[in-house]
Amino acid sequence: MDISKIQNIGKINFNGEYTPDCVTPKSEVKMPSKVLPSIRDAIIATGLKDGMTISFHHHFRNGDYIVNMVMDEIAKLGIKDLTVAASSLASCHAPLIEHIKNGVITHIETSGMRGELAEAISRGLMETPVVFRSHGGRADAIANDELHIDVAFLGAPSCDVLGNANGYTRDESGATMCGSLGYAKVDAEYSDCAVVITDHIVPYPNTPLAIPAVHVRYVVEVEELGDPEGIMSGATRYTKNPKELMIAKNAANVIEHSGYFYDGFAMQMGSGGAALATARFLREKMEEKNIKAHFALGGITGQIVEMHEAGLIKKILDVQSFDLTAAASLMNNRFHTQIDGCFYAGYDYKGAAVNALDFVVLSALEIDTDFNVNVLTGSDGVIRGAIGGHPDTAAGAKMSVVVAPLTRGRIPTIVDKVNTVVTPGITVDVVVTDQGIAVNPNRPDIIERLEGADILLTDIESLKVRAEKIVGKPDPIKYKDRVVALALYRDNSIIDVIREVDEDEEE
Amino acid sequence: MKIIKPAVAGTLESSDIQIRVEPADAPGIEINLNSSVKQQFGKKIIQVIHDTLEEMGVTDAYVEAVDKGALDCAVKARTAAAAYRAAGKEDYEWRVRP
Repeated sequence: MDISKIQNIGKINFNGEYTPDCVTPKSEVKMPSKVLPSIRDAIIATGLKDGMTISFHHHFRNGDYIVNMVMDEIAKLGIKDLTVAASSLASCHAPLIEHIKNGVITHIETSGMRGELAEAISRGLMETPVVFRSHGGRADAIANDELHIDVAFLGAPSCDVLGNANGYTRDESGATMCGSLGYAKVDAEYSDCAVVITDHIVPYPNTPLAIPAVHVRYVVEVEELGDPEGIMSGATRYTKNPKELMIAKNAANVIEHSGYFYDGFAMQMGSGGAALATARFLREKMEEKNIKAHFALGGITGQIVEMHEAGLIKKILDVQSFDLTAAASLMNNRFHTQIDGCFYAGYDYKGAAVNALDFVVLSALEIDTDFNVNVLTGSDGVIRGAIGGHPDTAAGAKMSVVVAPLTRGRIPTIVDKVNTVVTPGITVDVVVTDQGIAVNPNRPDIIERLEGADILLTDIESLKVRAEKIVGKPDPIKYKDRVVALALYRDNSIIDVIREVDEDEEE
Repeated sequence: MKIIKPAVAGTLESSDIQIRVEPADAPGIEINLNSSVKQQFGKKIIQVIHDTLEEMGVTDAYVEAVDKGALDCAVKARTAAAAYRAAGKEDYEWRVRP
């Protein structure tokens, strides 16, 4: 510290006569406010210009209005050539297609994409390939300034006039809530300028909070943030699908005998019927053997909350709340904590919660005989999913368990080569299907323990052959040469490319 | 077997196929397939429908098929049922495959 640089060092005479410049007379002191009247005003105030990068979060899932509202206003202002860096995009974001065609958006970064927008991208809508990152990869890229966000537009179910924002409100019952704002926290912290868009301006201070006012430049109040039905369902229900239940039961058996089921374990359950149902079977085993988990991580559902409230899971780390039960628990339970994307799954030196996991249960669209997993493109090669935290948790956990039915309709799940590698096989330890369990040969320790517990194992090749026997051998998907998207691994290196689908009929 | 009227078998449920068989405008079997797995299994499905009709002695027919990922056994069964109905026949030939 060079004290000669203190701003008034030359002016002070130490006679006690100095009055700091920044003092406001008490008669004029008032609570400051960052509230602007409209999204349009906020866009203008941020100084958003052609070529900049803007960001959004996906905590409103398929009910989100924020992305479309903001993009419409930006388009009206004539701003072009923007990069949209969303933590993820859903089917409700189909209106972005028009903004892409009109040159308002020229690049997209996201974790996932579905519906019409995803189909249009797969058919070559954009000149620059879309960049798909994992949740951990995105958080790191933002924190390291590899992905620089000029302006973040962050929807929040509650916010005070200074910008303290959260995913729920304690001041009003029946208000929209989304629970954790984990992915938005990173955008708020590292963007040059963050705008919170809320439907509830609440009295200061809006504590507890997700996003602190120091990270927020402007606040805008709007009528609606989204469609509550699309933002959240009441409670994620247990699947009744017998196939999924069977897979879940098998997965719970694997976990029980894997060596990672001990008092004080840490776990994450992915979304998807079978992964969620695994929690139920695991709960029975925990109660039976009096084993408790130290913490549960991830996208949090009502099932995890129930186990927490029953004393079976000591702590919850929540980067994204999947249902209202989870959101309510975040609001009410002391040890249900909101964490950000870096804390959750960051790859770099800071350390992340995924590295403390004993096991994770994940879903998959496709798994190949090298154990590589695809969760991003469908069997027709079209984008229809999200990387999410899949590669982050699979790499971080001591054991990753991937659950999937052997076939879905006529589509085999276990294949020779996945359409898109999202999670590399080297990090995938166990594959559990309704028709057999295969352990990665690079985990002889797990194989030994499971065989010791008389769990019947097969190998991945046999599962592939079995699937083919039922559905037949599929003709390969046809692609054009053009690359429409890049799939990045958690360290933000390219792990695979997605090409334009070739749907030209050959007669 | 002669197709004399339009007839349908099957549903639009996942893993099923809906087959509509109609009298043909021109000689031969024409199949129009719409399938959720057309890229991977389209040729195979058309082949199965064609072979099933041929085996039943159908020479002229127009077929509209909407597939939702049915396995070959289901494609065969729905095709046969639709063809019997379209031919106005009820003397089904049952047999167990070896």
